[in-house]
Parts: sequence; structure tokens; C-alpha cells
Amino acid sequence: MNVVAKQKQQYVTIKGTKDGLTLHLDDRCSYDDLLKEIEERLVKQAGVAPDSPLVSVHLKIGNRYLTPAQEEEVRALIRRSKNLVVDSIESNVMSKAEAIEWMRKTEIVPVSRIVRSGQVLHVEGDLLLIGDVNPGGTVIAGGNIFILGALRGIAHAGYAGNKQAIIAASVMKPMQLRIGDIMSRAPDSKTDEGNEMECAYIDEHNQIVVDRLQLLMHLRPNLTRLERRM
Amino acid sequence: MGEAIVITSGKGGVGKTTTTANLGTALAILGKRVCLVDTDIGLRNLDVVLGLENRIIYDLVDVVEGRCTVQKALVKDKRFDNHLYLLPAAQTSDKSAVNPAQMKQLIEELKQEYDYVLIDCPAGIEQGYRNAVAGADEAIVVTTPEVSAVRDADRIIGLLEAEEHVKPPRLIINRIRSHMVKNGDMLDVDEIISHLSIELLGIIADDENVIKASNRGEPIVLDPNSKASIAFRNIARRILGESVPLPPLEEEEKGLFSKIRKIFSLKS
Repeated sequence: MNVVAKQKQQYVTIKGTKDGLTLHLDDRCSYDDLLKEIEERLVKQAGVAPDSPLVSVHLKIGNRYLTPAQEEEVRALIRRSKNLVVDSIESNVMSKAEAIEWMRKTEIVPVSRIVRSGQVLHVEGDLLLIGDVNPGGTVIAGGNIFILGALRGIAHAGYAGNKQAIIAASVMKPMQLRIGDIMSRAPDSKTDEGNEMECAYIDEHNQIVVDRLQLLMHLRPNLTRLERRM
Repeated sequence: MGEAIVITSGKGGVGKTTTTANLGTALAILGKRVCLVDTDIGLRNLDVVLGLENRIIYDLVDVVEGRCTVQKALVKDKRFDNHLYLLPAAQTSDKSAVNPAQMKQLIEELKQEYDYVLIDCPAGIEQGYRNAVAGADEAIVVTTPEVSAVRDADRIIGLLEAEEHVKPPRLIINRIRSHMVKNGDMLDVDEIISHLSIELLGIIADDENVIKASNRGEPIVLDPNSKASIAFRNIARRILGESVPLPPLEEEEKGLFSKIRKIFSLKS
């Protein structure tokens, strides 16, 4: 076994880390060769006690693109080795469809209009609304919501469950605020003062809090980063 | 080729029909040939407000279904020579008797003959609204200084903005009570404008005479002394493209009070 491995170039490099095993898979050999070697090196290795604990494996596949079917195949193959389980697959490349999806989820979408009563404005990424949300109007974003204007309707940030999302508005007089699955509504007594340049976020007690915009830089430093939520 | 203007509001009872009747009359007084179209099929009112109820023979549904020509169905208002006509709605059918394509064709036909075709829209945003808007080039949204009316106006503006053949809608604020605005009990004009952010065409003070005139079948515009009449005439002139400044409602009374106060202070 050892003799065979030395004779040819190794496509699979195994490294042990404190989180388990990291497998560096060569990205220039053919996919079939890679599978064959994984099988030889991991699966056919006998000597593992059947009741030994599961070890998680991180795959680093370099500049190789694996289709979902291939990923599944690799996972299944490694699983056959009794005590190894693939935890993550990390690649330097992604498909165009994934890239577009990723961009849609993280880009800032500027919209210049008034969202009137009965209208719903829905974006996947962050929403930058240049205009107002009138009472009865709704804005929904997968990420954050920034409103250059008055928010008098309903805003729902991080609708897919992102609790880090925030809602910021030049004039904050919403009917309802929703972040992730948390909801809050305006107090019944109407006040005129304040409400300018404010932001809403979920605090450590899992409640929506409205506060000064300037606090955000401490609360959500990630907002500034270019590669947000990568 | 004339212009077709739909007058709408979303909410009922804010004064669409009164506005249609008065703007139509005011435009006729200013020498334009005007046709008013009542699209509130089943609940027609415009004929009553104009005092033409007894003269209706055919209606909009008859025209659309080909039972008579448009010319035959039009009711002439004899007070204004050949300037003001009404196409009344049917009272026996409902909104589904007509579809938007038919309305579009009908309004197109009327626009050949008249300078202005004013379309009185029913309340709501269903079939009746769609019929009324189908043939319009412009839209006037009527609201009152009530939160519910403004909310509905906002909704209707959103729908009108989605109609590509209609120019950006303009706003009329009806039934302003200056003393209530002054006390802060009523939304003021600036608040409504900043909220709806569309062009303001005019404001009309709440005036009991409007109701009296409507009940008599004489549009208030015919009374040259009423405040509401002046407001409607000004709006008509603005529709014609003249720039008529808005008379500041509240300040008028303030001016009066201060005048009285001045007189007193001079005496004492």
C-alpha cells in the first residue's frame, strides 16, 4: 500500500487539525482519479474500530468546481469509510448562478419612489429607498433597509431570518417594524418629537430597539465592510 | 382632440361627484366644450347634482351595448348653450355591465367632440375604478383632511402611477375647515401634500352652500359669491394652464381678526 502511494503523485493530502481532518484535494487531476484516490486512501483503509467516534472532515478543493451531484458523491464516498463525515467543502470557485444569487443577496438595491398604501416593495439584498413609505405601504428586504425619507408604513428587514439586519430611516414613524421573525409596533400614543435619523435593531434581549443612528457603528460594525456577510 | 380627466378618490363621500359637476360647469362657463361621464353604474348621482335627472332617456350602458349612439344618450345642460353635456350612468345594471376596453373606446370617441371629458369615478378600486381610468389621460384625486381619506388617496395615487397612459395625478383637498385646522384638530394642507407628494390643484373650504346647491341641482359654481365657487373656478383655470395663486385659507381669517383687533386697538 505504501509502496503504491509513493510511486505516483498524491492527489489527496490529509492534515489533522483540532477540528478534525482537513483534506486538500488536488485540483488539476481528473475527477475520476480523485475519487479513486480518496477511495484507496480513506475507504479501503481497514483497521478502524467500528465503534470509534465520528471525525469531521473539511475538504479544500482549490480551484475545482464540484457540481451538487459530485459533491454528494464525494460526501457519500467518504462516509463509506465508517467514521469520517464531511463537514464542509471549500472551493475557490463558484458557478455564475451562485455568484448572481450571492450578489442579489448582498447588493444594495437603490429604489427611488414612494411606497404608497397597499404597495409592497420587495428586494433580496439591502434596500436603499430614496423616498417615503406611506402608512399601509410595506418594504421587505433580505438584508438591511435604509430609507432616505420617512418610514410611516411597515418595514421588514432580514425577512429570511437574518437577525443582524437593521432598519434605518431619516424619519422613523413606522406602523410596524419587523426584523427576522421579531415584530414590534408603534406605541398607541402618537408623539411628534424625535424620530429623526433613527435605526432599529434586535438587542441582546431579542427585542427590537429604536435608537440613534450613530450607535450603529458600534452595534453592527459589519455594515461598513465591503465584503459584507461573505 | 380633447383631454379626458378622471376624478377619483378611493374613499366614498369625499366629493368626487360634486367636484366633477362643478369643474365641468366652471370649464363650460370659461367657454370650453365639456362632456361629463358618470361611470358610477348602479349608483348614479351626477345627473341629480346637475339637476338633469328628468331628462335622461338613454345611458352609458345603452351606448356601450349599441342600443343608441353616444350623441343620442348625451343630455345637454341648457344653461350653458352647447357647452355642457352629461353621459349618465345606468341605474339598473351594475359595474360589470361595462369593461375597460369599451370605456376606452367610448372616451376616445367623446374626446373628438369635446375639449374636456370629465369622468366621475365610483368609490373603490374594483371594476368601476378600472372602467373609469381606462380612457383617461389625466387624473385628479379628491381627498378631505381626514386620515382615512388621505390613506385611500395614497392607495389610489399608487394605482394611478402604475397606469402608463395617465399623467401624474393632481390633488384637490376638499372640505377644509380653517378653524379646525388652526386648532390642530384637522390635518393641514402642508401635511397632506408632504404625505402624498403630488401636485396640488386646489383646496376647497367646507361650505354649507355646496350641499344646498347640490340639492337644488344647481352646481355651486353658479353662485359667484361663495368661497367654494371661487375655489372651483380657480381650479378650472388651473386645469386650463393658467397660474392662479392659492388663496391662503387660514390667513384670510387671521387677516380679518387682526383687522378687527386693529380697529379695537385704535379706539382704545
